[in-house]
Amino acid sequence: MKETVIKTDQLSKRFGSFIAVDAISFEVQKGEIFGFLGANGAGKTTAMRMLCGLSVPSSGTAAIAGFDIYKKTEEIKRNIGYMSQKFSLYEDLTVLENISFFAGIYGLSNSAIKEKSEALITRLGLQKEVKKLVGELPLGWKQKLSFSVAVLHEPKIVFLDEPTGGVDPVTRRQFWDLIYEASEKGITVFVTTHYMDEAEYCDRISIMVDGRISALDSPSALKTQFKAATMDEVFYELARGAKRGD
Amino acid sequence: MQLPAVDDVSFEVKKGELFGLIGPDGAGKTSIFRILTTLLLAEHGSAWVDGFEVIRDYREIRKIVGYMPGKFSLYPDLTVAENLNFFATVFGTTVKDNYELIKDIYVQIEPFKDRRAGKLSGGMKQKLALCCALIHKPSVLFLDEPTTGVDPVSRKEFWEMLNRLRMQGITILVSTPYMDEATRCDRIALLHNGKILSIDTPENMIKSYPEQLYAIKADQMYLLIKSLRKYPEVLDCYAFGEYAHVSFKIPFEEYLLEAYLGAEGLSGIEIKPTAATIEDYFIKLLKT
Repeated sequence: MKETVIKTDQLSKRFGSFIAVDAISFEVQKGEIFGFLGANGAGKTTAMRMLCGLSVPSSGTAAIAGFDIYKKTEEIKRNIGYMSQKFSLYEDLTVLENISFFAGIYGLSNSAIKEKSEALITRLGLQKEVKKLVGELPLGWKQKLSFSVAVLHEPKIVFLDEPTGGVDPVTRRQFWDLIYEASEKGITVFVTTHYMDEAEYCDRISIMVDGRISALDSPSALKTQFKAATMDEVFYELARGAKRGD
Repeated sequence: MQLPAVDDVSFEVKKGELFGLIGPDGAGKTSIFRILTTLLLAEHGSAWVDGFEVIRDYREIRKIVGYMPGKFSLYPDLTVAENLNFFATVFGTTVKDNYELIKDIYVQIEPFKDRRAGKLSGGMKQKLALCCALIHKPSVLFLDEPTTGVDPVSRKEFWEMLNRLRMQGITILVSTPYMDEATRCDRIALLHNGKILSIDTPENMIKSYPEQLYAIKADQMYLLIKSLRKYPEVLDCYAFGEYAHVSFKIPFEEYLLEAYLGAEGLSGIEIKPTAATIEDYFIKLLKT
């Protein structure tokens, strides 16, 4: 049975006369890896902030993990995980302190924190680094740790905002292994990226242009639809018509 | 633990070349640029830019280089035109004198010439920053990650602008974390943890890839990769767009591999030889 974890209907956000997000409607299923693409300024960040319960929509409806986007924002925040390239972990706390801190924020019990942090540290091979400050870790490790912390409370959905920007190609792929593992456990992954090869790793992708969703399908269906050999060409075909930049 | 940001780096760039420093965040790209533009002192070693030594002749170097830092560094409360005039004046020239050089780029932002730079979109800021770095007709142009965080359409446009500048004879050093941009350069240095792993033309790097690579596709990428990693003849395997890129320890039988993948539960299997890319080459270097 399919279970819908994100459902939006005509969701919009206006700032004065500027329509940042213009009536977007889509659904994402449980365990799906959903790529959320778009040119700079297309409205991705604004849309994502609404879906995370951080910004009140101007009109339209949406339910995230079954919770209404207007009335149940606190429940939404408890049922999602979030990481971005900019904000991830506290640099001046150690690896273990960061894990305990975020697990505590999400209300995990002390015994659950202990058990989960041990599993996480083993999975990432960070046994020797547990007492190191996160600021001393290489960027790639930080990003992998940050993702693992974002899914530690087993959220229904994890939102990833350009999680692999600037990361080396080997680490980038290790990061995607973590995404696949989370998806196999039933966690829905909602991810933005500027790497078009990563768009191929998603089950389905949407491409936003000027506040609207211009295309939404699996990567192979989109390539067929736009008679393109690569996702890069699909993106180019759609986004070159964009009227606005960021 | 103290790690050197730039570790024993030696390279030469020829006049008129478009030279790329390619590597992830923390590889040392920005530090190298800051040393060469005389904004940071190296602990040891030496460097020359257009015949001038970076410590002794720093005043000369500052006159002849154009530098576009990764972070937007123009005056946000001056307009587009005011910023451009300011930079021209500081370098003792006028916008009119060197207008030919920036014309192609400037016409795209000219409709907004009275807008404050802080109010421009990301793409417009980038174009203005490039104009300001060019307005004194530098002999060497340093561009630090001009395309980071920029969508693929704007990235493509930016590289087309660089190509036109190269045609005009300006030497350009550009850094990027995007491996697919490497082939746009005449020569590249691959950087990681402050060291140059390799330096050559993109074509030569691709040619020197030691194994035959195969592109393998199936209906489920993660299962495909997990299955291939268990296959004894596989040397390395990783996702690469819609395909997995795979190298083998010994020649393999295609029908056996296909049967194995089918038994693992995969369908829609496609196996074909493929050419290595700079990204494959970089992955190889990181793993050896």
